[in-house]
Amino acid sequence: MEQKKFDFKEIQGREERLAPGHRMCAGCGGTIAVRNVLKALHPGDKAVIGNATGCLEVSSYMYPYTAYEDSYIHNAFENAGATLSGVETAYKALKKKGKLTENYKFITFGGDGGTYDIGLQSLSGAMERGHDMVYVCYDNGAYMNTGVQRSSATPMYADTTTTPTGKVSDGKPQTRKDLAAVIAAHNVAYVGQTTFIGNMKDLYTKSEKAIYTPGAAFLNILAPCPRGWKYDAPDIIEICKLAVETCYWPLFEVVEGEWILNYKPKNKLPLEDFLRKQGRFKHLFKPGNEHLIEAFQAEVDKRWEELLFRCQA
Amino acid sequence: MAIKERMSGNEAVSHAIGQINPDVMPAFPITPSTEIPQFVSTMIANGEIDTEFIPVESEHSSMSAAIGSSAAGARTLTATSSCGLALMWEVLYVAASNRLPIMMQVVNRALSGPININAEHSDSMGARDSGWLQIYAENNQEAYDNTIQAYRIAEHPDVKLPIMVCQDGFITSHAVENITLLEDEPVKAFVGEYNPEHYLLREDETMSVGPYALSPFCMEAKRAQAQAMMNAKKVILDVAKEFEAISGRSYGFFEEYRLEDAEYALVAIGSACGTIKDAIDKLREQGMKVGLLKVRVFRPFPGEEMANALKACKAIAIMDRCEGYNGNGGPLGAELTAALYRAKATAEVVNIIYGLSGRDVTVGDIEGIYEKLVKLAEGENLFGTYPYLGLRSR
Repeated sequence: MEQKKFDFKEIQGREERLAPGHRMCAGCGGTIAVRNVLKALHPGDKAVIGNATGCLEVSSYMYPYTAYEDSYIHNAFENAGATLSGVETAYKALKKKGKLTENYKFITFGGDGGTYDIGLQSLSGAMERGHDMVYVCYDNGAYMNTGVQRSSATPMYADTTTTPTGKVSDGKPQTRKDLAAVIAAHNVAYVGQTTFIGNMKDLYTKSEKAIYTPGAAFLNILAPCPRGWKYDAPDIIEICKLAVETCYWPLFEVVEGEWILNYKPKNKLPLEDFLRKQGRFKHLFKPGNEHLIEAFQAEVDKRWEELLFRCQA
Repeated sequence: MAIKERMSGNEAVSHAIGQINPDVMPAFPITPSTEIPQFVSTMIANGEIDTEFIPVESEHSSMSAAIGSSAAGARTLTATSSCGLALMWEVLYVAASNRLPIMMQVVNRALSGPININAEHSDSMGARDSGWLQIYAENNQEAYDNTIQAYRIAEHPDVKLPIMVCQDGFITSHAVENITLLEDEPVKAFVGEYNPEHYLLREDETMSVGPYALSPFCMEAKRAQAQAMMNAKKVILDVAKEFEAISGRSYGFFEEYRLEDAEYALVAIGSACGTIKDAIDKLREQGMKVGLLKVRVFRPFPGEEMANALKACKAIAIMDRCEGYNGNGGPLGAELTAALYRAKATAEVVNIIYGLSGRDVTVGDIEGIYEKLVKLAEGENLFGTYPYLGLRSR
């Protein structure tokens, strides 16, 4: 698809599709993700927004108030993919029967719990069937709405309420699932992994591609949660930058099966720069736990090398 | 002109679906309802209808996609049985509370376990409190007729609730019987276009569906939903009257078979009613005043009307093709007994569990029940404390 030159002022000047006044926490990464993805809808284009149960849903559509300027549907926790696939199919059916003339886009949001875990089957089905829709995961790496329980997106060693650190526990024992790769293996039209960097150009560009590429698209957005990650809320942009500069969260896309690396740090920073600012990794910096950081670093390095190979970068 | 045909129950409801030509059908295969999405897919493949079929990866997604489709403004249906219905459980409530008039063909089958594919009502009975309308059929003709009436009931502005159209697995769904079909045009005219008031894809407005609601609002929403279920009673009878005008076949909440002067009655749902009618005819020849109340509409539950129809009976056997696992009987037994108590009925009542997992029911079995009902009315209980029909003793 053709993309116009990124014009920060024009884009940020577009009408808000996520209205202010919702009840998300100050500094919430999920909200930044939603607001900016919706900015990528071209002005005047109609959309139906979907949503899995989670922080976003209970805070943005609390009866009788909705924060959505577009039509919006929440169904349950694990079925955002299937639900929006039903909406998209209804659109096709009504259009075919001449009951609808305007064009609509279909975008659904889920947290990592609703996407990596309980909603994975529903997401996989919707992607495999190739509905013309975008599934956006705002990945904050745990079940934040219910109080910071681990998910399969939680990074290794993170202290969560179901992988608490203790005398015999170093936090989450497993590494995180690479969901973007899982969805890319569905041979969908577009997969993008991004986060909040600089003037949001990467997020905008990928959102626009995801929305306007015909077929199924998936966006994985690292969306820090100040409560769950235990950092000072204003530090969110720095934390996202460190996630990318340490190669914990590489920026890449998969277009029609081709893996493309969008950013390669000149000086790959040590992982501990990303970990140090977050209370959930505090225990890793206790004397005697150096081997845990080493193991985590080795995991990040291994995945980075795999990605470089896939992207032939 | 009525069309004489021979069809299975699955073929019959699929024929009705073809005549209605709904907008969207998500479905997942499960025995014995699988044939319905197969028949619909074939009609689509042959260009006979232009329904959009979504081959979902599970029944949970089937109902989830149906909810999305219906909320978006499309006339939507799905079909399932047994464990498939069980997998939908969570979102059945979402469909009903969002007031989405989805039609679901339920081909009744036992829930696991042991895994069993035959007729039983445990699947839809388990979903009896999910907020869906439920209409049951004795045979292929009724399954066809109920399908044609379903959207008219579900989509009515006073109702706006999803509807289950139920038939017995294999006995009805797969057995081929004679049937009288309506022509396409009168069916299309009867069902009409679906023009909802509010929906996601309405171009001149936006709407939000599926809110989080706090206690100050939730209870009112649930009461309004309960009202819709109550409103459905009038709508079901009105639609039945209109259907009679085009088909000559009359329907109500239930069918009374030789019940008017009956002293001993059975109350049952589904295909076993055919067997019961045969037994009644036989016993009537011998001078016994026996009858049947065949339940068609279970949701809304026409308790008052049923109690009224049974008021002259001396003894009643309420037949449940569903175990309640409560040590007290089945769901029809519980609800009808409560209704009879409220109506101050004086009949002796027994609740019998029968036909589980497709266990055969014979005319002889039914005759035996009527004979025991006579004794029960005389004060002698030959049923025991927890009667099962046709249970092997070893």
